[in-house]
Amino acid sequence: MSLIASLATGLPTIDNPAADFSDTPWWLSLVKALFVFAFLMVNTLLVIWFERRVIGRMQQRPGPNRTGPFGLLQTLADGIKLALKEDLTPKNADKVVFLLAPIIAGAMAFVSFSIIPMGSTVSMFGHRTPLQLTDTPIAVLLVLAVAGVGVYGIVLAGWSSGSTYPLLGGLRSTAQVISYEIAMGLSLVAIFIYSGSMSTSQIVASQKSLWFIIPAFFSFLVYVVTMVGETNRLPFDLAEGEGELTGGFHTEYSSLKFAMFFLGEYVNMFTVSALATTMFLGGWQAPPGIAAINDGMFNQGWWGLLWFVIKLWMFMFFFVWLRGSLPRVRYDQFMRFGWKFLIPITLLWVVSVAFIRGAQLAFFGDNVRTATVIVIGVIATVALAAAWVWDGKRAAAVIPPERPEEIDPFAGGYPVPPLPGQRLREPSLVGQPELTDEETYRG
Amino acid sequence: MADDQKKAGFLSELFAPVSGFGVTFATMFRKLETEEYPEVKRPTQPRFHGRHQLNRHPDGLEKCIGCELCAWACPADAIYVEGANNDDAPGGEGRFSPGERYGSVYQINYLRCIFCGLCIEACPTRALTMTNFYELADDNRSDLIYEKSQLLVPAQESMVAAPHPMVAGMTERDYYLGKVTTATPEQRAWADARETELARETS
Repeated sequence: MSLIASLATGLPTIDNPAADFSDTPWWLSLVKALFVFAFLMVNTLLVIWFERRVIGRMQQRPGPNRTGPFGLLQTLADGIKLALKEDLTPKNADKVVFLLAPIIAGAMAFVSFSIIPMGSTVSMFGHRTPLQLTDTPIAVLLVLAVAGVGVYGIVLAGWSSGSTYPLLGGLRSTAQVISYEIAMGLSLVAIFIYSGSMSTSQIVASQKSLWFIIPAFFSFLVYVVTMVGETNRLPFDLAEGEGELTGGFHTEYSSLKFAMFFLGEYVNMFTVSALATTMFLGGWQAPPGIAAINDGMFNQGWWGLLWFVIKLWMFMFFFVWLRGSLPRVRYDQFMRFGWKFLIPITLLWVVSVAFIRGAQLAFFGDNVRTATVIVIGVIATVALAAAWVWDGKRAAAVIPPERPEEIDPFAGGYPVPPLPGQRLREPSLVGQPELTDEETYRG
Repeated sequence: MADDQKKAGFLSELFAPVSGFGVTFATMFRKLETEEYPEVKRPTQPRFHGRHQLNRHPDGLEKCIGCELCAWACPADAIYVEGANNDDAPGGEGRFSPGERYGSVYQINYLRCIFCGLCIEACPTRALTMTNFYELADDNRSDLIYEKSQLLVPAQESMVAAPHPMVAGMTERDYYLGKVTTATPEQRAWADARETELARETS
């Protein structure tokens, strides 16, 4: 009984958004919506250029540098070229859905950004309003839900194209996003436990003293993996893997419809990065050292936008870096990693976080510090022991591969080919001592 | 081979699975090898085989004697030469080279030329050499057949463009011995007179 009572009283009741929208007339929301839209469009133009330049540098070449200063207008030129291309609709396609799919994919990418806090309260046209379009008590759930709807764009595109490769790409994409959204949601649960809220402004506010990347470091790692899976980016871009599926779900798309997918993919990158910033890196708040300067001056007003954009672009760089470094993973490995590793281990992590958080909230007695240390110690011991057992099992599982029987091809007087399971002995080695196993493997 | 490698340290072993990220990151700061070609033209090697050039003697007479050895040496059959006699007679065609004959037609087809330089080796008078100029591209075939007027090096300050007589008192042999160093006033006067005569004829 006492435990339930303490549950009821001990839980912080800070569900509601910290952002105050009381002084925000409807037209100001409209202005902010337009701002978010323009912000995402401009950033998309920039990031495509940025990606090509950085990948170029990573491959020791300059990247696009001819259109405009530093090649900055390259994306614009490509966009115009894309828009002016012929718009093809395959004969077998379901016309309505074929048109609807890119609209869903493109539009849904923008929706999630509405709940991202991009700064603290600022003065806009005589009103005090937070730099955030809106916020709800379940804002982060909204992001996950909208991401789920966004996948419909890809799935419907694959299905409505009336063609095989897009269908396969769409199917892959479904499986991929479903599997990785589970792990993503689970990794975010740890944040909800720490902040006691799903409202993004509240999550940012509760990171005032400590960014969640430190207490929820494992969630951060899982989120970073899953956000790449969510956005269909390399190394997880299996839905379009041009090596095996030509273009994947967008094989049959051209012109503006293709541009919508393209735009959606990049806006999605910004959305998941913005969510990562909000959940783990303190959102719009200044980095710890700078935040202390001049009584928190850099956390006021429009400064938040700067820190937010910097953090956002750190993730964009990470995306580009990933693309420059890693090859596409194999589909079965990708699925195994998601289902057999990420989801169970994130579940365990969430349980551990619940215990740690419970200790911090005095569920295990009033001596909070001791209880926390004990809980963390127990979790760490169990984790280490599990890792040790797993490592031992893996080492035991490594058995040397069986060496095929070696035959002398000239035994019968003339050369014969080896039968299955047999291996030819080098004629020059005939009469010499047998190789040891180690020497054979070395080749 | 595994046994050639040194035993890796603990840290490098720990980060081995993600060492690829280090490679790409470090590459970002390496010098780019890309040439910004049309804006920045990197100089060629000094002996690069580029476009041909027909040279002149120091007084402006052409070195080419129309012997066609270059055309015979050419493995790609890119050179076409027609020789003609020099004419010292008053009112004649005029003198273009110190000796008996000169190249009246000289064409190199740059769609055929393979820039092997055998023509240069074949030339007995060093009339034909190669420059480092390599921007030989065009959108039609006829413009890539270079005429003598395009291949012939322009006359410098100290030269007078052929035709004009040889330097007084010099033989063909003296030209090759380097005894002629510049165009003489007599040659300039001759060329000027011929020019005014031609101008009067056309007007």
